[in-house]
Amino acid sequence: MISRAWLLSDQPASRAQAAWGRRYQAWLAFRRDPLAVAGLAVALAMLVMAVFAPLLATHDPGAQDLANRLQPPSAEHWFGTDELGRDVWSRILYGARITLGMVVAVVLLVAPVGLLVGCAAGYAGGWLDRILMRATDVFLAFPRLILALAFVAAMKPGVESAIAAIALTAWPPYARLARAEALRIRDADFISAVRMAGASPWRIVLRHVAPVCIPSLVVRVTLDMSSIILTAAGLGFLGLGAQPPLPEWGTMIATARRFILEQWWVPVIPGIAIFLASLSFNLLGDGLRDVLDPKQR
Amino acid sequence: MIEVQDLHVRFGGVHAVRGVSFAIAAGESFGLVGESGSGKSTVLRALAGLIPGWTGAMTLQGRPLGARRDRAFFRSVQMVFQDPYGSLHPRQTVDRILAEPLAIHGLSDAEARIRRALEEVALSPIVRFRYPHQLSGGQRQRVAIARALIADPSVLLLDEPTSALDVSVQAEVLNLLADLRAARQLTCILVSHNLAVVAHLCAHLAVMQQGQVVEALDVASLRAGQAQHPHTRDLVALSRDLEA
Amino acid sequence: MTHPLVEIADLRVDFPGPNGFVPAVRGVSLTMGREKLGIVGESGSGKSVTGRALMRLLPPQARVAGSLRFDGIDIAAATPRAMRKLRGARIGLVLQDPKFSLNPVMTAGAQIAEAWATHQRGSARDARDAAMRLLEQVLIRDPRRVFDAYPHELSGGMGQRVMIAMMLAPEPDLLIADEPTSALDATVQAEILRLIDRLVSDRGMGLMLISHDLPLVFRFCDRVAVMYAGRVVEEVAAKDLHAATHPYTRGLLDCMPRLDAPRARLPVLTRDPAWLA
Ligand SMILES: Nc1ncnc2c1ncn2[C@@H]1O[C@H](COP(=O)(O)OP(=O)(O)OP(=O)(O)O)[C@@H](O)[C@H]1O
Ligand SMILES: Nc1ncnc2c1ncn2[C@@H]1O[C@H](COP(=O)(O)OP(=O)(O)OP(=O)(O)O)[C@@H](O)[C@H]1O
Ligand SMILES: [Mg+2]
Ligand SMILES: [Mg+2]
Repeated sequence: MISRAWLLSDQPASRAQAAWGRRYQAWLAFRRDPLAVAGLAVALAMLVMAVFAPLLATHDPGAQDLANRLQPPSAEHWFGTDELGRDVWSRILYGARITLGMVVAVVLLVAPVGLLVGCAAGYAGGWLDRILMRATDVFLAFPRLILALAFVAAMKPGVESAIAAIALTAWPPYARLARAEALRIRDADFISAVRMAGASPWRIVLRHVAPVCIPSLVVRVTLDMSSIILTAAGLGFLGLGAQPPLPEWGTMIATARRFILEQWWVPVIPGIAIFLASLSFNLLGDGLRDVLDPKQR
Repeated sequence: MIEVQDLHVRFGGVHAVRGVSFAIAAGESFGLVGESGSGKSTVLRALAGLIPGWTGAMTLQGRPLGARRDRAFFRSVQMVFQDPYGSLHPRQTVDRILAEPLAIHGLSDAEARIRRALEEVALSPIVRFRYPHQLSGGQRQRVAIARALIADPSVLLLDEPTSALDVSVQAEVLNLLADLRAARQLTCILVSHNLAVVAHLCAHLAVMQQGQVVEALDVASLRAGQAQHPHTRDLVALSRDLEA
Repeated sequence: MTHPLVEIADLRVDFPGPNGFVPAVRGVSLTMGREKLGIVGESGSGKSVTGRALMRLLPPQARVAGSLRFDGIDIAAATPRAMRKLRGARIGLVLQDPKFSLNPVMTAGAQIAEAWATHQRGSARDARDAAMRLLEQVLIRDPRRVFDAYPHELSGGMGQRVMIAMMLAPEPDLLIADEPTSALDATVQAEILRLIDRLVSDRGMGLMLISHDLPLVFRFCDRVAVMYAGRVVEEVAAKDLHAATHPYTRGLLDCMPRLDAPRARLPVLTRDPAWLA
């Protein structure tokens, strides 16, 4: 039943067929963009590595071996060892769980909140807009790291509070972005038409305004992922994020940065991991934006 | 069926509609013509409940209309917008656009209704899963008409429904509207700048200029050349001129 | 100046569909000088696509073949920079969807002034004055207010006139007007066409008027091309309208409602598959 011809039929017989056909065409369009495919491949590979870290790791990421400190990469230790003799490859794998987990958690918290606040403010206008936008201004006015610091200081340091702190400071730009888009379309006739259909304001915001704002938000989110990783690293470095034995990538760079000249691989390898993760998310986001816009196809 | 008494609409400092009154019986079609910017669309939008700040009195089937309209109102009153490019959601397929009113009103036989609606406006089933940007201007306007008709309204507000259509499709749409009016006892308000179109579909019309109704007359006297107001006479002269 | 203003030879435009390309324009050839050429045809016949192809404004996935020349310049081969200089400055395009094509977060006046300033020299004040003058020329009753209005605050016809003013601001050599007056009442329409007519006769501007309003086109233009399903099926001089021979053109003439002759039902076109050939 599900064949290429069925998917690509220009006269779909059912809504499901049309929807699958659209998805398939989106995938075909996505596949034409080699950079986006590369981004997707790297991002998927990293997620797989994070999930299967226990199977792929060659050593216990916490096991110290002070006799083998700061070893260069070898057959025994693929990425060398750090200042406590721990295997860097295994730490990178386990670190992916923490770092990517934090990024994903922050994005899952922040994007929907920003989207909803922005769309509601932009669509409703009036006092609701003013209140919501002043609230975002307040959060925007604080430097990100300082607000996060204050927040973490009030709670106990750890990965969860780091996630909450970063999320708290990361949503206002999304709300701004979504609001700008919502403002642009709220007077459009197609929104009036939905109102004429009898839709409630919530239905309009969720089903008709928000989808228009999502593509620009997706791009912004993927661009922000690297800065989320870096903020997490900053918090970790200050002892307020992931706590030292945990192999978080940012913390790994922070603790190893004094070896940059002699044993450069110790800080550089987690750096490369962060760089690859950010880059792949960016490429993925760019590709997604093109695919999400039906006009591009 | 519809009565509008002394309607005023202000947008900030702009007094767009200044005391418009008219009444329409059930099953009747009423034409609204007049120069561009005279407030025709605004009258329709106020009637449809899309403009918050208006004063005056409007009644639908004897019930006064307030600032907020309930779902039953939107079930019985539908509008076709002037600009077919702006009135369809750019990220929704025709199918989704047509399904939305059905979902909101909880109508069950969505599939059959969508098929029938597309058939009624002479759109081929191929366009059902297309996006608006893949359609030409005339095809979009027909989708908009199909959306307005899909939940079986009893009042249709038509804002220049055929000005984006070529004459062959215009003829089809005008025939369709005439048929529907007969079959469903539809009450229509038709805004158009084309006197011939208004005269074809409506029995009565009002001519607007600068937010006011300057003349109200029936089509027979319009055709007989009995219009009084100079603006109406201008319009009549120009449309005859075009036909000659 | 030996070449005609516009030379379109065997233009073909296809849009990618799920099963390969779907033709929208199938071999259109047109030549026009500094005259008024009308293009009529039913909805979806490829009128707008032809106009957009001339401005190279089609979406990137559209496949365009054939040769397009404007004043001897090969449009297909022109660099993006050269195209930008042509657009607006030498070719103006009044789009079919005026309100949709105006920037929703910029006032009408600012947009006209910007169009003026990109192609003429002068201070911000000059641009403002020019914009105000243009708004008056397109018969906006209240130019001062419309100058400061955002597109959603304009009526349909006002949006159309703002778009026309914007395209006339740089005084182009060729104006492609896609349904420029479809939202305007007869009095304003007549006045705007008079304005365009003056520009054509005084400045030698060429006009390509895309419309489905047959009487208008035949009355106003010098020559008329009738399109059907992506082809030009008939080209006639406007004064010979009543002698049009193609059954499609004849059908179009028949199905208009008339003020002087009421009819219960309008005749509709029956499309003959043979017309597609
Ligand atoms: N949202 C708004 N804010 C401010 N002014 C508005 C708004 N909507 C309409 N107007 C003004 O109200 C007046 C009447 O507009 P309306 O759209 O009703 O005209 P119309 O008769 O439909 O004209 P057309 O035939 O050109 O569509 C115009 O002067 C317009 O600028
Ligand atoms: N971006 C696009 N993608 C796919 N198909 C398109 C696209 N743009 C236009 N088409 C198709 O090309 C054909 C010609 O469209 P065009 O807009 O030129 O029609 P038109 O003659 O201007 O009609 P109208 O008078 O209704 O505006 C239509 O069948 C339309 O569906
Ligand atoms: Mg209007
Ligand atoms: Mg068109």
